[in-house]
Amino acid sequence: MAERVLRGRPGSPGLAIGPLVRLPKVSVDYIRPTIEQRGDTLLIREEVEPAVERDRLEAALERARQELAALAAGADGMGTEILEFQLALLDDPALIEDATAQMSNGVSASSAWQHTIYRQILSYEDAEDEYFRARAGDLRDVAVRVARALGAVEDRPFPLLPGAIVVDDDLSPSSFLALDWSILGGVALERGSASSHVAMLARARGVPMAVNLGEAPESGEGVLDGEAGVLVVRPDPATREAYARRLDERRLAQAEESAQLTRPAVTAAGERVRVMLNIDDPAAVSDALLDAADGIGLFRTEFLYLGRSSLPDEFDQFQAYYALLQRLRGKPFIIRTLDVGGDKALPGVSLQAETNPFLGLRGLRLCLDRPELFRPQVRALLRTAVFGPIKVMLPMVATAGELREAEDVFATCLAELLAENAEARMPPLGIMVETPAAAVAIDLIPADFFSIGSNDLTQYAMAASRDGSGRVAALNDPLHPAVLRLIGRVVEHGRASGAEVSLCGDMASDPAAVDVLLRLGLRRLSVAPAALGRVKLAVSRHGAGDA
Amino acid sequence: MTALRAEVVITHPTGLHARPAVKFTKLAKSFPATIRLRRAPDGEWVDAKSVVKVMGLKFRTGTLVELEADGEGAGAALAELRALVERDFDEIHG
Repeated sequence: MAERVLRGRPGSPGLAIGPLVRLPKVSVDYIRPTIEQRGDTLLIREEVEPAVERDRLEAALERARQELAALAAGADGMGTEILEFQLALLDDPALIEDATAQMSNGVSASSAWQHTIYRQILSYEDAEDEYFRARAGDLRDVAVRVARALGAVEDRPFPLLPGAIVVDDDLSPSSFLALDWSILGGVALERGSASSHVAMLARARGVPMAVNLGEAPESGEGVLDGEAGVLVVRPDPATREAYARRLDERRLAQAEESAQLTRPAVTAAGERVRVMLNIDDPAAVSDALLDAADGIGLFRTEFLYLGRSSLPDEFDQFQAYYALLQRLRGKPFIIRTLDVGGDKALPGVSLQAETNPFLGLRGLRLCLDRPELFRPQVRALLRTAVFGPIKVMLPMVATAGELREAEDVFATCLAELLAENAEARMPPLGIMVETPAAAVAIDLIPADFFSIGSNDLTQYAMAASRDGSGRVAALNDPLHPAVLRLIGRVVEHGRASGAEVSLCGDMASDPAAVDVLLRLGLRRLSVAPAALGRVKLAVSRHGAGDA
Repeated sequence: MTALRAEVVITHPTGLHARPAVKFTKLAKSFPATIRLRRAPDGEWVDAKSVVKVMGLKFRTGTLVELEADGEGAGAALAELRALVERDFDEIHG
């Protein structure tokens, strides 16, 4: 029999080859009500006692809450949030308003629940906005859980086959969380959407998923390509082999990357390279990953300013820096001062609208203009420096004069703190090399260290923004000789002057670019947390073919 | 005392969806005042403390929302709820 290719939409990238296993359909039974018409009103009757039914529904809701709470306790951040949303629905009396009214009219708890919840599910399924349509899946999840607690659903055991591709019309988030993804291969959904909570969970867990495939078979072998959103049923030997090869390559690469993760990064020639991390939210980075890295090469302090109604004061900031410093246990820690302005807004800070924000009041320029923003951060950094080897990096510097101005602010704040009998210390002050001006005339800027911000450096050198149209985006090439010469110049200056040079732009996370950067003489890279293993692997291969 | 009103535009890219609705109603519940919201200028008022009702409005990004509060802490409730919406529900996105 020939293979069948079902084309849907991508849900979560990754490949899986394995037996198709359909999740048992949940069958929901409820007492069929008798309906009589009296004048204009329909009377729905079942042989039930209203008070008893109300208690049954309340008990079922409570049981569902407990189950969800237990499931949430075992889930990670995103899983917990999604389950908390379902819990909030169950806690809301408005959810069962209609059901309560129906039970008073003699409808059973099961029927009243089904009727009420399915009307709400339908209203979401009909929503215009894809995001709201996807919420129907959450309500269905809640609907079945409560129905099961009411005894209206028959639970059927689900056979767990290793490597199986789970087929369902639209898998619920709580079913996803209840399945063992260390054994199972992937998910093929007949309906569903990439915006659904279950798709978000799949992406967070790295489980391949295709959605909106249309009617899928319940048995036989399948090949799932989450990136393309395709399910091949009963693949031909050639198809199967091609996918098996891709899967092997992927597994091999992943195994190599994770094997490299905890090893020091050393080139084939035996040269040590420091691979550090770019961090936004410290809570999103595990201690294991911090241990595996050579420190933090870029802490974006904007994170501290987001999600709050007032600006973080000196002590809020000190606490955040201090906590991360403790977790690093003496490893290098580079903190970048506030980098907003231009296109990056900040809650609670009004910015002047500019016609060309990327060439406007950004980064250090804004901080020097707004001492009320800058000074609390400077004071917090001076206090933190007492407790460990932090370095402070200033963004968007074009001239030595700007560095001097910033140094003056640090010196003034230090004198104030010492006069207040506070403990404070001057940390090394470096700059981010993002402007072609700074790169070309790097020898004129006497900073303690340099970190190349290759994203902005590329966009300014090429006069092409990354999110521009096709022609513009193509010009935004960090590997263009113009950009590489600027980088090389900074590296050369570092070698001559003894100042440390690192690179913290996106190109450091790209294995192909890593090779080029190492050839230019860079020995310090700062990368996205997810790229650490990949970059270390690229470093270990560097120079392997040169001998 | 008469009810107080305020207006705010939903700027969160995916609108008043699951997590924002949970945050919004949690904050609303922390005030003793009666709080309602609707699509300005003439939508149907719903209880701002009910996540089912608030999400049921299916407000997308760009919706102009009218808030109304009555009773103890009405002023503070409006100010804080409005600020939460303006802060995109404290979610980092993009």
